[in-house]
Amino acid sequence: MDQFVPAPLFGGDVIHWWTPTNVTLWMAIAVLSIAALFVLGTRGRAVVPTRTQSVAELMYGFIYKMVEDVAGKDAVKFFPYIFTLFLFILFANFLALIPMSFSTTSHLAVTGVMALAVFLTVIIVGFVKHGVGFLKLFWLTSAPPVMRPVLAVLEFILFFARPVSHSVRLFGAIMAGHAVVKVFAGFAQITAAAPLAIVGVTAIYGLEMLVAGIQAYVFTILTCVYLKDALHPHH
Amino acid sequence: MATEPTGGEEAATGLPQLDFSTFPNQIFWLLVTLVVIYLILDRIALPRIASVLAERQGTITNDIAAAEELKMKAAEAEKAYEKALADARAEAQEIAAKARAEIQEDLDAAIAKADAEIAARSAESEKKIAEIREGADAAVVEVAKDTAAALVAALGGTGSAAAIESAVERKTKG
Amino acid sequence: MEGDIAAMGQFIGAGLAAIGSGAAAIGVGHVAGNFLAGALRNPSAAGGQTATLFIGIAFAEALGIFAFLVALLLMFAV
Repeated sequence: MDQFVPAPLFGGDVIHWWTPTNVTLWMAIAVLSIAALFVLGTRGRAVVPTRTQSVAELMYGFIYKMVEDVAGKDAVKFFPYIFTLFLFILFANFLALIPMSFSTTSHLAVTGVMALAVFLTVIIVGFVKHGVGFLKLFWLTSAPPVMRPVLAVLEFILFFARPVSHSVRLFGAIMAGHAVVKVFAGFAQITAAAPLAIVGVTAIYGLEMLVAGIQAYVFTILTCVYLKDALHPHH
Repeated sequence: MATEPTGGEEAATGLPQLDFSTFPNQIFWLLVTLVVIYLILDRIALPRIASVLAERQGTITNDIAAAEELKMKAAEAEKAYEKALADARAEAQEIAAKARAEIQEDLDAAIAKADAEIAARSAESEKKIAEIREGADAAVVEVAKDTAAALVAALGGTGSAAAIESAVERKTKG
Repeated sequence: MEGDIAAMGQFIGAGLAAIGSGAAAIGVGHVAGNFLAGALRNPSAAGGQTATLFIGIAFAEALGIFAFLVALLLMFAV
């Protein structure tokens, strides 16, 4: 579990809120990677894109279409916000797969803040756009009238469970994956099991590549779904 | 962390993710990171990509329009070509017809001329033949007169030249 | 000794809570399998429904994540 321990970069034991730690380092690397892809990669502004530029454009188009399809046309103004979350999670997930790196998205503090940010955005946008009408989200008019209060309570609980599942999903997937790799790597200490362990680590590593992409995708698409609730609470 | 499972030190067994002492640090740096990414994307990257995509869309639309125009031009050119071809063919036909007519005319003229010449020549020839025949008749009469005169002389007759002449003339005309 | 029994209870509880992850796995498999069955019946409509597929998987998985969370809390936080 020591791969998950945040440690100060320049010595010392105390972690103040401003201390540069390995968290800072790997987040900075993520920022630099994103900047390299999206600023250096697109500096040609070529109509016929280079390879790097077309990767950036593909990601742009992919998320743009997702926001438009899932959350609706009027959600496009939240696109930079959603794209920021997506890129950060995607790059942090993939950078975390580099051996000896620090996986920032395997921390509840990180995923929790992002999930809470989405949750608060949804609530604020919902109330600003629809006022009290936003509460109709919990009142399912398609259900039989008798069931509606019960369903409203359930929906209310589910609504508040959203940030929890939203954050714990990402944190759990990344942390569990890395822990499993570590466990398999631990088996390699036993000489007899070492070949199997190495095959296992390779296989799990491949699975983790998949998980890294899928978790970023799922976090983003759920953000879009929640945002749709805020923009169109009447289903 | 009231009861540690093994009763050991916290850092060794507790989950690092639930160590709340590092939360402010992580949250602070996360917020910094997200704001930086947001600014990079919002200020630089996204407008650039959006403009590139719009430009590409525009280029594609323009190209399609241009292609449509070219296609139309090509169709027009084909039509013009066909028209020119038809014109040329008609003109060629006309020219050929005219040439044929001219040739026919020339030919007719030549034939007429030849006919006239032939007619003239044959007329002339006939005239010449007639002359010759006349000449020959005259000569015959002369020769007959001479012969008659000679015969008369040879036979010892004497006749006046006028009598002989009239007698010969009588005989030849009869 | 008392601490050992408490620790044993924690571990047993965490292990029982981890069963929930398996239940979530069944749920996710159900969603994905039904999606595949539907997609093979009507492949042309499948492409537009991948987002729905992932949302369904995410909701099924969320409950497994709660089990995982309970296990984690029992192991490390209680």
